[in-house]
Amino acid sequence: MTESLPINYLTYPRGLRCWLLTLDHKRIGVMYLVSVAAALVLGLLFALLMRTELIAPGRTIMGEDTYNRVFTVHGAVMIFLVVIPGIPAVLGNFFLPLMLGAKDVAFPRLNLASLYLWWIGALFLLLTLAFGGLDTGWTFYTPYSTSTNTNVLAAVTGVFILGFSSIFTALNFIVSIHTLRPPGMTWRRMPLFLWGLYATGLIQVLATPVLGITLLLLAIERILGLGIFDSTLGGDPVLFQHFFWFYAHPAVYIVILPGMGIISEVIPVFSRKPIFGYRFIAYSSVAIALIGFLVWGHHMFVAGQSVLASTIFSALTFLVAIPSAVKVFNWLATMYKGSIELAAPMIYALIFLFLFGIGGLTGLFLGTLSVNVPLHNTHFVVAHFHYVIIGGAVIAFLAGLHYWWPKMFGRMYNQTWARISALLIFVAFNMTFFPLFIMGARGLVRRYYDYSAFLGTNPEFTLYNQLATIGGYLLVTGLVSMATCLISSLWTGRPAPANPWNAPGLEWQCSSPPPPENPPPPAQVGDPYDFSQLAVPATL
Amino acid sequence: MSNADHHLVAGAEGHQPSLAHHFSSHRQQYEAGKLGMWLFLLTEVLLFGGLFCAYAVFRANRPEIFIWAHQFLDKQLGALNTAVLITSSFTMALAVRCAQWDQRRLSAFFLTLTLVCACVFLGVKYVEYKHKWEEGLLWVRQFQPAEAAASLDESGTSDQQPRHAGIFFSIYFAMTGLHAVHVLAGMGAIGWVLVRTLRGHFNRQYFGPVDYVGLYWHLVDLIWIYLFPLFYLIH
Repeated sequence: MTESLPINYLTYPRGLRCWLLTLDHKRIGVMYLVSVAAALVLGLLFALLMRTELIAPGRTIMGEDTYNRVFTVHGAVMIFLVVIPGIPAVLGNFFLPLMLGAKDVAFPRLNLASLYLWWIGALFLLLTLAFGGLDTGWTFYTPYSTSTNTNVLAAVTGVFILGFSSIFTALNFIVSIHTLRPPGMTWRRMPLFLWGLYATGLIQVLATPVLGITLLLLAIERILGLGIFDSTLGGDPVLFQHFFWFYAHPAVYIVILPGMGIISEVIPVFSRKPIFGYRFIAYSSVAIALIGFLVWGHHMFVAGQSVLASTIFSALTFLVAIPSAVKVFNWLATMYKGSIELAAPMIYALIFLFLFGIGGLTGLFLGTLSVNVPLHNTHFVVAHFHYVIIGGAVIAFLAGLHYWWPKMFGRMYNQTWARISALLIFVAFNMTFFPLFIMGARGLVRRYYDYSAFLGTNPEFTLYNQLATIGGYLLVTGLVSMATCLISSLWTGRPAPANPWNAPGLEWQCSSPPPPENPPPPAQVGDPYDFSQLAVPATL
Repeated sequence: MSNADHHLVAGAEGHQPSLAHHFSSHRQQYEAGKLGMWLFLLTEVLLFGGLFCAYAVFRANRPEIFIWAHQFLDKQLGALNTAVLITSSFTMALAVRCAQWDQRRLSAFFLTLTLVCACVFLGVKYVEYKHKWEEGLLWVRQFQPAEAAASLDESGTSDQQPRHAGIFFSIYFAMTGLHAVHVLAGMGAIGWVLVRTLRGHFNRQYFGPVDYVGLYWHLVDLIWIYLFPLFYLIH
């Protein structure tokens, strides 16, 4: 293959206008990639500010008001702009139609609208930063969110709009999977990434409107004094928490389920073995989606919820761990006696197993009523959800990005560089967040800019915080190294063949990068995990 | 219809402007649109679901507020609006049927009737809201029902005004207000398919948009059918 790539979706048709008005799911996926990456940089910046403040007790670089705003923006940006849309909008958009052998998603215009709504929502969040900031935490709990002077309205408007963006993507994916599957691709022969996206879509469609109405009521409360969440007027602030977590707990599964789908694609390819327990992995995605709707009360164990309700929510929380564990054991069984190739995507998949394992198991600590009471609102919780969200979803996103990068951009990246970056990210991540488990278990409350008051009984907190802060700098260094490796491959990487990993999936059958118009599916689509006809890749 | 059939039909229908390029047949396109619409309706149900849940919580905790405050709502106007909306659902269903049978003018006529019913509904709603505004029967922060409450007390038909009685009107305005916004959106959508009908965009093969708007309108109607007894007919 010569250096000049054949006509592909990136080069044809040319021009900014053609990009901004495109209905091509591949271009929309790439634009989402750039947008989400930009939001990630912003979120990381605020994370570093926070960690820098905590490098020493007392005031280091900011006071309590600024710190409140910094952690709020970090949370809101990372949740609503990065991890919720992340995998579906970027990798899902790009690969769902290719995996289906379809020309596009079912509603291409709705797909583009979802990107524009993301941009508008992001703009509102940026406006919040510029005009008044936001200090409620990303959860907008009443009554504080109805009384603070910061710009709750702009933030709530932004999140409301982002909800539409999320619903449009999900609706598109569900309909595409139902109506555009090619001949031979039955539900039980569908790639597991699509099962993940399908289950995710169900949650997005069912949960996001509840966030919408909650934020709408909050906005009207602030503007008119509607009173529904105001106890001084006969309203109920705990109702806000119920509404909010009815969305926000399932949202955790919006974040993790597509990541689990990616891991289910990557592990068989780099173990050269069919996926173990296909049906269990597929159905456990749907089980997680459904049970995930019944556990929201575990965020409110100390909010005056009745003991009976808390007990039921606790039991249901344990129940949701079962389908997650089913997946992990099936991935391990897939690797067992496989010929494992430690390419960069596989290294990320292994990191996922390790970090998600810790994140998931510590979730059981928090779901236990008696343990939850002392751990609630400590750094233990912060560590737990960062292990799940970064260690799970973000690492899975990176696994997918490294797996599909050659297909998306037609270039191979430097394997050694990518592997070293992955290891740096792994070590730095643990250095940042493991100390938080220990400090949280010893009582360090989260969301404080200063921990001087704890040093009398726990003088070691200074050391742990310093470890975490240095780990944070290293983590960002690792991410920058990873991104530089990928981006530099666009100029220096050798052209990618159509199927560099010799993977059986349909998305690998077109040229890299794909042509502007997706190729039609073969007359009969085979098993997506059949390696019998494929050689071990020699391209590494 | 199997997928293989889709590809066969694609050749025959390849150049029709009403078939988007990524679908292989009108039937596939119609089914995709219909499923998409049902999913969208599901999001609407959950959007209102939050408010129905709030209603249930407040009514279970403070039933006396609901029994006292509902007396200020006009049952006759509520019943009239219910009848108007059910009629509009009927005319909408007829419009969809006519669109499927390629009877464009009749379809346009029924769509117009549906729009008229929607206008009547909003007109009655305006009268009700205006009355509440004048009486001070507003959401809890603005709730000052001095005269209305006094007249109620004199007639001896009611107990004393319960504490935080305005929360009833908070929920009333939130639910009926959001519903009214949906009626407006539905009118916009009906206007859109009316224009397309008059321009001759629809035929036996391609009538999806009329059908989808019809589904949406039935949901708007259905929500009102729940709102009416929950607010107006409390015992």
